Amino acid sequence: MSELKRTPLYELNKARGGRMVDFVGWEMPVQFESIVEEHKATRHAAGLFDVSHMGEATVKGNQATVFLDHALTNDIGGMETGRVVYSLMCYENGGVVDDLLVYKEGDNDYLLCLNASNTEKDIAWLRKVAGGYDVEIADVSSEYALVALQGPKAFDILSHLSGANLRELKYYWFSHETVGSAPCLVSRTGYTGEKGVELFVKPYYAEELVEDILREGEGLGLKLAGLGSRDSLRLEAGYSLYGHEISESISPVQANLMWTVKLNKESDFIGKKALLEEKAQGRSKCIVFFRTGSRRIVRPGAKVVCDDGGGGEVVSGTFSPILNEAIGSALIDARSAKADWAVDVRGKAIPLIPVKPPFIDLRPQG
Amino acid sequence: MNIPENLKYTKEHEWIKLLDDGEAVVGITDFAQNSLGDITFVEVPEAGDTFTEGEAFGVVESVKAASDLYMPLDGEVLSANEGLEDAPEKVNQSPYEDGWIVKIKIANPDQIAGLLDVSGYQEIAKD
Repeated sequence: MSELKRTPLYELNKARGGRMVDFVGWEMPVQFESIVEEHKATRHAAGLFDVSHMGEATVKGNQATVFLDHALTNDIGGMETGRVVYSLMCYENGGVVDDLLVYKEGDNDYLLCLNASNTEKDIAWLRKVAGGYDVEIADVSSEYALVALQGPKAFDILSHLSGANLRELKYYWFSHETVGSAPCLVSRTGYTGEKGVELFVKPYYAEELVEDILREGEGLGLKLAGLGSRDSLRLEAGYSLYGHEISESISPVQANLMWTVKLNKESDFIGKKALLEEKAQGRSKCIVFFRTGSRRIVRPGAKVVCDDGGGGEVVSGTFSPILNEAIGSALIDARSAKADWAVDVRGKAIPLIPVKPPFIDLRPQG
Repeated sequence: MNIPENLKYTKEHEWIKLLDDGEAVVGITDFAQNSLGDITFVEVPEAGDTFTEGEAFGVVESVKAASDLYMPLDGEVLSANEGLEDAPEKVNQSPYEDGWIVKIKIANPDQIAGLLDVSGYQEIAKD
């Protein structure tokens, strides 16, 4: 096992009581004081997350747009400069290489934000399928720290730190602005379901930026938050996580993510044929979300049994501090989507209650 | 790390408060609750259930993991902390008082000598 990687905020996280764990090769805070309290703070006030482990790549060159429309499932050619798009990157067989955000900085000039666990694989894959395209792909992960400020108070906190009116930034748009004294790419995105931003910043400015935000947020209920609450927040919001609801073997058809797959775009993108076939034939498995009616967490790997003879497996499970109840998702036989489901937890059969995510009422992103 | 002087301990991070009349109260230590993080669920046994030393008698679950609870001594459950059903966070907030888990009748007092004292437990509860 090689040494764990550390983000530019490692010392700050540690000094502020972060409980550091190995997360896909990164030494990251899973929590500071409490996952539940950090979750609630994000829903009711604001949470600040170090997500600098995520990877970044630039894609530039005369055919950058055409190439990305070939490699990715969403519509890249239709993006305006300043726009952010959530997309999948698929294999020929329809399995997912990764899910990612695409930032259009200018004509044929893009920044991709990638899952930490997949960054190396993604960049190798992009380079592999870039043969014949006039395009340059660079791994710029080490040039950025990334912090997410999320929650209903996020823009109150930012209002004192930036001359720009960041509140005006529309959902899934970005802008280059100074926050505190740090030049940032301010992205009106997030992984919690709350209003907020994700701030890409050079490592040199990262600590100062976080200190500035924490100081402004002090009286407003802001909490520094770890990866534990990041996961419970994303599941409550019904967002997919790579390796859980999507993977090399769970396709976007199965994961209810066909809204990110533009089958009608001009480009004959990688995976299109397989996804068209799967859609036409009908998916064999599907991702479903559930409540349990109890506080007992159903963990990934637990077997799901359906009353029509079908079954499957839990892929995500956590505790929702807002519902005060265990919630999760499972990959089950598609034919059993309307059946009654139960799961075995340490020898006890627990009935699952189907939920159409999100699990809670989220404020409109506006 | 809070390790009260007046209690006995096990290497499974349980504490035992010996009462005068051959009874004892059992819970998990401050170290254990801190390691588990936010506790979301505690499964407790019923009064009248009997267990032998080392036998699993319940479960403590946190956001991060599920852990069995092991009986420190042979005995019969006299009562369980019913309040934990609705407020399992009491184990985090007050592991030695409000977060107690079961009260037992000790069946075999000879086993008490096998429990750890504070200094013995301090060796185990190191970060």
